[in-house]
Amino acid sequence: MPEEARNGTQDAVVIPIGTGGRPGRGSGSARPSSAARNLAPSAKSASKPAPKSSAKSSGKSSAKSSTKSSTKKAQPPRAEPEAAPTQQQTAETPPTTGIPVGEWLSALQGAAHEVFGDDWERRLAELMAFVRRRLEGDYEVDDYGFDRELTERFFMAALRPIAQKWFRLEVRGLENIPAEGGALVVSNHSGTVPLDGLMTMLTVHDHTGRFLRPLGADLVFRLPVVSSLARKGGATLACIEDAERMLSGGDLVGVWPEGFKGIGKPFSERYKLQRFGRGGFVSAALRTGVPIIPLSVVGAEEIYPLVGNVPSLARLLGVPYIPITPFFPWLGPLGLVPLPSKWILEFGEPIRTDSYDSAEAEDPMLVFNVTDQVRETIQHTLFDLLRERDGVFS
Amino acid sequence: MGRVVLVTGISRDIGRRFARAAAGDPSIDRVIGVDVVPPRGDIGDVSFVRADIRNPVIAKVIAKEDVDTVVHMSVIATPGSAGGRGTMKELNVIGSMQLLAACQKSTTVERLVVKSTTTVYGSSPRDPAMFTEDMGPKRLPSSGYGKDVFEVEGYVRGFARRRPDVDVTMIRAANVIGPHVSSPLTNYFRLPVVPRVLGFDPRLQFLHEDDLLRVLRHAAVSGIPGTFNVAGDGLMTLSQAVRRLGRPSVALPSFAVGRLGATMRQARISDFSPEQLGFLTYGRGVDTTRMRSELGFEPRFTTAEAFADFCRELSPAGSRPTQGAGRA
Repeated sequence: MPEEARNGTQDAVVIPIGTGGRPGRGSGSARPSSAARNLAPSAKSASKPAPKSSAKSSGKSSAKSSTKSSTKKAQPPRAEPEAAPTQQQTAETPPTTGIPVGEWLSALQGAAHEVFGDDWERRLAELMAFVRRRLEGDYEVDDYGFDRELTERFFMAALRPIAQKWFRLEVRGLENIPAEGGALVVSNHSGTVPLDGLMTMLTVHDHTGRFLRPLGADLVFRLPVVSSLARKGGATLACIEDAERMLSGGDLVGVWPEGFKGIGKPFSERYKLQRFGRGGFVSAALRTGVPIIPLSVVGAEEIYPLVGNVPSLARLLGVPYIPITPFFPWLGPLGLVPLPSKWILEFGEPIRTDSYDSAEAEDPMLVFNVTDQVRETIQHTLFDLLRERDGVFS
Repeated sequence: MGRVVLVTGISRDIGRRFARAAAGDPSIDRVIGVDVVPPRGDIGDVSFVRADIRNPVIAKVIAKEDVDTVVHMSVIATPGSAGGRGTMKELNVIGSMQLLAACQKSTTVERLVVKSTTTVYGSSPRDPAMFTEDMGPKRLPSSGYGKDVFEVEGYVRGFARRRPDVDVTMIRAANVIGPHVSSPLTNYFRLPVVPRVLGFDPRLQFLHEDDLLRVLRHAAVSGIPGTFNVAGDGLMTLSQAVRRLGRPSVALPSFAVGRLGATMRQARISDFSPEQLGFLTYGRGVDTTRMRSELGFEPRFTTAEAFADFCRELSPAGSRPTQGAGRA
């Protein structure tokens, strides 16, 4: 069949003038070349009979088809010499295709070296083992569904370039994060999409080696995909039971008490802290006696400037807001790219709660006071950082 | 003088095996099995009494045999085996009420062990990661097994209030799994292609069948009152379980899984109830601290080991099931 095709096309392909055809063609008179030119438009009709005959013996049919086409055009002298070179050509081509196996191997080696660095063999083996473990389900999750391996090797690795290259995170006050034991990181929330939570988790992990376990709203666990990713990434529901369980288990827990009020506030209200929930996080900290570490994040407000909302649609879909930014939904998926603002994360001095006994966690006045203290600390740090920074994107 | 134990729901495999195991216990003198239909397998030294716990005959059995320990394990999860949801509800709720009424009248009963389930906690996105015994469901179950168990537990608590001299132990067992278990969940994992809810990866917790038998015997012998969550250590996610099972799975949107479950129920392939859909969407975890500290029970199998034991039965000789065509 390929032979056939080549034969068929050959009639057409050979034609062009000035391509420096094979020796013996076009020598002498101009007649053959003009005939060849005539062949060009009729190439299709010439090649048509070829497939039909191809069902029969291939060797014969090639001859047949060539003769057929030649009889049609009434050019016996042209067709005959043409058939011979084609055969030759097909015989020539195979050895030239493909690159030697050795070169393939060395290229692969080079690529692996490029991707994995010097000890690429070990790292490739590690990667294969990782993939195998994932496929066989041979990994552990903790009580909350936290998949440490996946988080470390996949989520964090995916977020790291965004943090370093896109938002150029600047981190301050890392010494305030205890090296061990339970602690509650309380942060402001902003940015329409909770990227600030992800970036905080990454920052804490990269600088202290500890995993920040975020507490998420129940919406997070109601949404498909998001819920399974959240649990695998170490999140759990923001409720007193889980918060206390994690804190007393010695985990580093992150809360964003503003919730959707904070993350979905209009751009005009940027860096104005919203109400800090009902202070549930404070009573959890009081009861477990862990320090509260205030965290102020500057820069996250500008990634998706929220200029509008579609409350009716949001209510229909059961979500707190449908964001409208200068770029979304107008630019479609391109509007989902966050603006590359420069971020500053400042961990404040821990607010100790171990001086209170756990009965005082039931005292609403104390809870409100501590809540306000945390809120004020974050708000003031935010103002300081805002004064300090040169520009949004620099 | 050992104890005389009455076991309800002996016609089912787990009840029969528990009764046999209890009969072998040196501290137990006699075991009387009660059910409406005779058990199919070998019951050894257990004496079978054909009685329906839904009518007062059960009180006579208790009085006549001088029963001092009642193990109630006939709360059933699937309507299929009982012949319809109406019968199932009657068996579960009315049966339990009659049994409790009989116990209340009895002068001999000292202990009551009720096999309950962690299904009472329900499954919802508002659930805490781990339920302790003091917590209730976030949303009251509106139908099915969950509702039955919730009501039965209510009656048992009422009984415990009225008869403070009787030690009432309630065992909330996590999903029981093992080579011999036939439950909605094991039937689900036996499907040739396991349907999953798209975008959700619930956390599962299993209790090995042997551990269930052991904990019930432990409760019947030791008589420590209270409500206890019983589950194997650790959790696993559904995706992990399916991968360890080596079966293909397909992720479908929630409504499609519900539709598929209803179809399968009609075709009697699998009992896939709405509350199971919730479980397979949001999962559940229970805290077992009290099981160790108060009940003094230590499960032999962790969740992962129990599941591995279940997998072994499913794919003999470690061979992976091919395309799931083996089961029709």
